[in-house]
Amino acid sequence: MTRYPNLPPTDASALSTKDFKTDQDVRWCPGCGDYSILAQVQRTLPTLGIPKEDFVFISGIGCSSRFPYYMNTYGMHTIHGRAPALASGIQCLRPNLNTWVITGDGDSLSIGTNHLMHALRRNVNLKIILFNNRIYGLTKGQYSPTSEVGKKTKSTPYGSLDHPFNPIAVALGAEASFVARSIDVDARHLQAMIKRAAAHEGTALIEVFQNCNIFNDGAFAFISDRRERPKTSLVLEHGKPMRFGPKKEQGIAVGRDMRPKVVDVAEHGEENLLVHDEGNPTIAYLLSQLAHPDFPTPVGVFRSIDRPVYDRMLQAQVDDARQRKPGRSVQDLIESAHVWDVR
Amino acid sequence: MSTAQTVELETVAIRFAGDSGDGMQLTGTQFTQTSALLGNDVATFPDFPAEIRAPAGSLAGVSGFQLNFSSQQIYTHGDAPDVLVAMNPAALRVNIGDLKPDGILIANTHAFTDKNLERAGFESNPLEDGSLQMFRVFPLDITSMTLEAISGSGLNQRAAVRCKNFLALGLVYWMYNRPLEHTIAWIEKKFRAKAPDVADANLAALKAGYHYGETAEIFTHSYVVPKARLEPGRYRGINGNEALGLGLLAAAELSGLELFLGSYPITPASDLLHFLAAQKHLGAKTFQAEDEIAAVCAAIGAAYAGGLAVTSTSGPGVALKAEAIGLAVMTELPLIVCDIQRGGPSTGLPTKTEQADLLQVLYGRNGECPVPVVAAATPGDCFFVAIEAARIALRHMLPVVILSDGYLANGAEPWKIPDMSQIPRIEKDFHTEAEGFQPYARDEDLGRPWAVPGTPGLEHRLGGLEKEHLTGNVSYDPANHQFMTELRAAKVARVAQHIPPTEVFGPESGDVLVVAWGGTFGAVRSAVEHLQGKGRSVAHVHLRHLNPLPADLGDILGRFERVMVPELNMGQLAMVLRARYLIPVESVCKVQGKPFKEAELIRALSAELEHAR
Repeated sequence: MTRYPNLPPTDASALSTKDFKTDQDVRWCPGCGDYSILAQVQRTLPTLGIPKEDFVFISGIGCSSRFPYYMNTYGMHTIHGRAPALASGIQCLRPNLNTWVITGDGDSLSIGTNHLMHALRRNVNLKIILFNNRIYGLTKGQYSPTSEVGKKTKSTPYGSLDHPFNPIAVALGAEASFVARSIDVDARHLQAMIKRAAAHEGTALIEVFQNCNIFNDGAFAFISDRRERPKTSLVLEHGKPMRFGPKKEQGIAVGRDMRPKVVDVAEHGEENLLVHDEGNPTIAYLLSQLAHPDFPTPVGVFRSIDRPVYDRMLQAQVDDARQRKPGRSVQDLIESAHVWDVR
Repeated sequence: MSTAQTVELETVAIRFAGDSGDGMQLTGTQFTQTSALLGNDVATFPDFPAEIRAPAGSLAGVSGFQLNFSSQQIYTHGDAPDVLVAMNPAALRVNIGDLKPDGILIANTHAFTDKNLERAGFESNPLEDGSLQMFRVFPLDITSMTLEAISGSGLNQRAAVRCKNFLALGLVYWMYNRPLEHTIAWIEKKFRAKAPDVADANLAALKAGYHYGETAEIFTHSYVVPKARLEPGRYRGINGNEALGLGLLAAAELSGLELFLGSYPITPASDLLHFLAAQKHLGAKTFQAEDEIAAVCAAIGAAYAGGLAVTSTSGPGVALKAEAIGLAVMTELPLIVCDIQRGGPSTGLPTKTEQADLLQVLYGRNGECPVPVVAAATPGDCFFVAIEAARIALRHMLPVVILSDGYLANGAEPWKIPDMSQIPRIEKDFHTEAEGFQPYARDEDLGRPWAVPGTPGLEHRLGGLEKEHLTGNVSYDPANHQFMTELRAAKVARVAQHIPPTEVFGPESGDVLVVAWGGTFGAVRSAVEHLQGKGRSVAHVHLRHLNPLPADLGDILGRFERVMVPELNMGQLAMVLRARYLIPVESVCKVQGKPFKEAELIRALSAELEHAR
């Protein structure tokens, strides 16, 4: 009944990174973390086995939201904060598309938090990459909802007062079905997370620590520095005990008070470490609260569960209703009311 | 048998009024349907408070339903009721001022307790103090009569008392010689399976009311209103929101597109969401978003993906959607925005009607952001306006606003059922040719190609940043911005080429032309017809297209000595006409949350006609 172009899909196996690059000049500041994220997305998409014409990239407003212009896919650079809502409409109408949302900490955790939370709770089949640089870049350096307390910026010369959002905890609070974190400079890990998100059925959120070298340089230096990272990060692996450190000599355990603590593995015993379980919401929340410097900052998949997918369910309702009342027309509906004839 | 004399009348208006929980809307609807089935022309005006259940007996909680039925063609619910059924003192107080002198008042004396009288602000009982002498008053203990009629039904007191509206309905049915069959069938269908005791009790109350009229001999007359001479054909009853929903479904069918509605509940637009949510078997997808902005954004997403995209709301929601409507203007995507207007500003009068969003939908966005605007004239017209809006949106690739209002949305009328096979299809093909594809190329209507995700080789990016002509790339070029701004305006102007010649009701030239739009149609048409019948030189143009205005409107305005614009706002269309045509326009404004009365317009028009001499 619908007239979507009924053309055969293109060969997804023949795709390469260059197929996803556009002729537009990339206009982020030299040294911006966004370049790496763009590169990892362009490297990962050809490996997914999805025809290029089925990808849609939707963004809001902010530096990160220029992203769709640089992707040779369908896409829209929309208005501030509303990308998840607009993307939900695309995916609800056409559940077979592969819709990605590109957003930043200002876009999705300030003006658009509402839409982010509702997309996550509905579990619309969207892949959301949240570029968190803890600053407003495009408006030239005001503090953001993920900036640390006391942040001195143009709009907070005396230091910011508000407690920051923790994007992972926000997503878990909305009962997101897939929540992950990665780092702009860790190409391999970021690619792995993009792949995991792409494979997830439902809304997948990846928070990416992204350096703004102009207005908030070094915000994630503790973890982006390759030498520091083994000490400062906890790489999450489903079913594995939580170990970190250059020689994985340290681990995370939970005491009788349910509070996490850093322990020496040799001393404490690996069998007494907390084991990561992507399906356990208590562990996911506990992990969301771990942060440098008191703890290693977790990266990887915090949570991944199966939950009914909104756009698929909507389509199923329509298909089911059609099956129950086949062949109905608008004329039938008009005349289904009480009718009478005037002669 | 009744000894009452039967008198034939041409037109009768009845108002049922009571507490919000008294079932007055249901009672009025039943009377309406029965009268329509009997062949009368009917028009209704449900008038209810924003509070779901204001305190019982309070003035704030009064809910009313007025219907006008006639053996002639009628356009309005009637200025003043001939009959008022008041279920309590508050209903009497709120409505008695409207009752015609010598009109019939049926009052439920049971509710006229000291407490209720005090709540309604009466110092003495108006049924006893002689203050209602100018009316024919029938004080009846409707509550006790109901309890008596259904004793033994097994219903508890509370449930039993709730049947009293059916007793009142039965009585009024007898007064106007209406058959009970339709309402009996309705009660059976509604209650028989779920609550047979309630079905029996309501039937007993209905029949008791009817028999009381027949046997009590307190009414000296009963009345008949013969069939109207309506255009032959098949009819059904319809209200504006239903007609709008059916029209949107029809537009989807005519265009072969999938209907997508993004909406957020708001009075008086929610019924459109409810209606379409129930039509999944016709392929309609509805999305109750987290807020007004998400609702319109989801619809824009659906438009990009190739759906017939709609968002529905009222004035406050339109304000919230403004930025997103601008995005649809910039990205040139087809979108239908339904604004079911209500009294404003701010939360205003949620359940009352007004036409004060015209300037908002014309101009209420940042930047130069024109959109076509169409308005429905009657409840049934909402159907055709929805199809017209879809046609414009798809032909020119832009958002279109439909203006309806609370009066049209909830008002009902008999509607001659259209034949879908006679309505021209809406032709808009998706672009599929990759060779030479340019997202911002133009066709003869200045529309751009609609290339939807999933089409190989047409991958392209849209966005809110200014677009370069043809390529659609981001452009900050000064000359390009000027060009594109003019092009977006030209697209809207181009709509006028498809507007049929404006219909002038009355002489082609003369003393006074009344130009109106939207839900004022009925009152304006009645007033103009009335004065034409008295030989006055007056004509009526009712605008469906408010942007762009019809190309021939300037000529028509110039053929009349004076132009008068009645509106339920402070003169918004009048302002547009003055600015556009540089002519004096007499503005007739009303902002009381109520539609115009025919008499008000006759007065204003008569004064205007005096000036024309």
